[in-house]
Amino acid sequence: MPRFSEMGWRWHLLLAFALLLAFALPWLGDDYLTKLATRILVFALAAAALDLVLGLGGLVSFGHAAFLGLGAYVVGVMFVHDFEGTTILGLAPTQNVFLQFLLAAVLAGGFALVTGAVCLRTRGVAFIMITLAFAQMLFYFFVSLRRYNGEDGIALWNRSSGGGWLDLEDLAVFYYFALAFLVLFLAFAFRLYHSRFGRVIRGSKDNDRRMQALGFPTYRYRLTAYVLSAAVTGVAGVLLANATYFVGPAYLSWHVSGQLIVMVVLGGIGTLFGPVLGAALFILMEEFLPDLLDLVATGSGEYWQLLLGPLLVVVALFARRGLLGVLVGGGR
Amino acid sequence: MDLLLLLQQTLNGLQLGVMLFLMAAGLTLIFGIMDLINLAHGSFYMLGAYVTAWLVGLVDAFLPALALALLATAAVGYLVEVTTLRRLYGRDHLYQVLATFGLILFFNEGIKLLFGPQPIFLQPPDWLSGQIPLFGAPYPIIRLAIIAVGLASALLLWWLIGRTRLGMLIRAGADDREMVQALGVDIARLFGAIFALGAALAALAGAMAGPILAVRIGMGEDILILAFVVIVIGGIGSVRGAFVGALLVGLVDTYGRALLPDLLAVFLERTVADAAGASIASMAIYILMALVLAFRPRGLLPARA
Repeated sequence: MPRFSEMGWRWHLLLAFALLLAFALPWLGDDYLTKLATRILVFALAAAALDLVLGLGGLVSFGHAAFLGLGAYVVGVMFVHDFEGTTILGLAPTQNVFLQFLLAAVLAGGFALVTGAVCLRTRGVAFIMITLAFAQMLFYFFVSLRRYNGEDGIALWNRSSGGGWLDLEDLAVFYYFALAFLVLFLAFAFRLYHSRFGRVIRGSKDNDRRMQALGFPTYRYRLTAYVLSAAVTGVAGVLLANATYFVGPAYLSWHVSGQLIVMVVLGGIGTLFGPVLGAALFILMEEFLPDLLDLVATGSGEYWQLLLGPLLVVVALFARRGLLGVLVGGGR
Repeated sequence: MDLLLLLQQTLNGLQLGVMLFLMAAGLTLIFGIMDLINLAHGSFYMLGAYVTAWLVGLVDAFLPALALALLATAAVGYLVEVTTLRRLYGRDHLYQVLATFGLILFFNEGIKLLFGPQPIFLQPPDWLSGQIPLFGAPYPIIRLAIIAVGLASALLLWWLIGRTRLGMLIRAGADDREMVQALGVDIARLFGAIFALGAALAALAGAMAGPILAVRIGMGEDILILAFVVIVIGGIGSVRGAFVGALLVGLVDTYGRALLPDLLAVFLERTVADAAGASIASMAIYILMALVLAFRPRGLLPARA
């Protein structure tokens, strides 16, 4: 990914168009569209966070759904206790979204720190399987938690409170709230990419042994990136719970981890902006492809994944730079 | 806690263990030799169960149906290798994950289209239904049969890998792929054969599990992830490691679910012990995996010491 000053006109055009579209969307006043776009923003944040380890670090984490789910469960657990008027481990529950962000980031980051310390001792295929296994562990943990409805999950009656000055129940406000987080994170990640930290991580991806020989403790760098990525994904989980009014183990399912990877690769891996495009493409396909197929042959829409599966195979075999690569060209 | 319960749970654990071994054996060979991660291995398990159930309904004879289902799944496995996975050897693992994830979606949706979204029932033959007295209490025959088939398959694999020419090539391929190729072995055909073998083993596990678990869409995915845990514990690429890991995971998981709530009840309140026991039991094997990794990052019995 080029530095800002080195970007060609296609980059500038794309960024300007994306920003304009993102800001103007709620003004169309279409509730359905705003909700759909909010969902895209939430998954875009999670996918961009995943790209920090996937694209930057070359670490194929197949367990990011766990961090998303942890963030969502912060909202769900708080809601349950607030509703019942009970305490959690002796502490009063909070519905304040900013405190929930903090808690989600700490919990997801903490889980990533503990599991990552084990995962990062391995490489390649083993890393994929172990991240998947730890995520599955958390999935079964939440399924077994009867206190919070186990498999059925928690239906929320209200969104988190915006600290008194933000009404998150308002569709447009919540949309801009999610957008702000996405833009903030992208700006931060963009800086990170070109920072010393980002260069060490990228160097370690290309040749870990050389970076170590140069004196960089790459294990610590990679662990930091992993924890950071998990914390941001946890924040996305808080947004996801609020966007859907629902929290359940399904968010921690390994299918979700797979979908996040699909978004990153579809959009363009290692580009930070690519995953945003990928999330949009994936969710739009999920939303409209069934209807399109039904138009072609009635009843076929139900089986849209019969089309998605081979499409992913084709993307894996042939398309290496993703949608962003097609749009702005260049790349490496 | 009485001895009978312990013995029965040991058998249940063994039964889960040998099923996991059937899944893990094929997977670990593919990892070890081709350095390929195949998420769609669980689809072969599902295919085995569905095709067996369908054929049993058609011809009403269990063993021929099973044999045909194994052949069919092996053929599907071979086809998948030739058309798709062959192009992914040596590529970044990420693209293998993406492609095989796509294959899972394809197979799940295809099965839904052909057999409907509801679970179907796999009728075991009369001679496998029912129970026989064991240690003075009835025990299902089918579970004993699964253990027998699993152990027999393990023996067969040991013979195949340790004593035949194909096995020699497999071992050589795991050690040094390029050298085997340079010596004139058609590595593509070897990989295809290994893939078909792995698919057939997974199908066998699925067909045997069909009568005791439901034959449903996605049935292979849960056991696939357990098989990953088995492989990580046993050591990637090692069939012996997969066997040890599979039995370990099967026993720990079964004992955990059966005994932990009672064990915790000794020092906790009953309701608390039940809830905590269920939670800890569901995580037990992952904790086991983490412990093994912490002390032996390459697994208990790594393929290459």
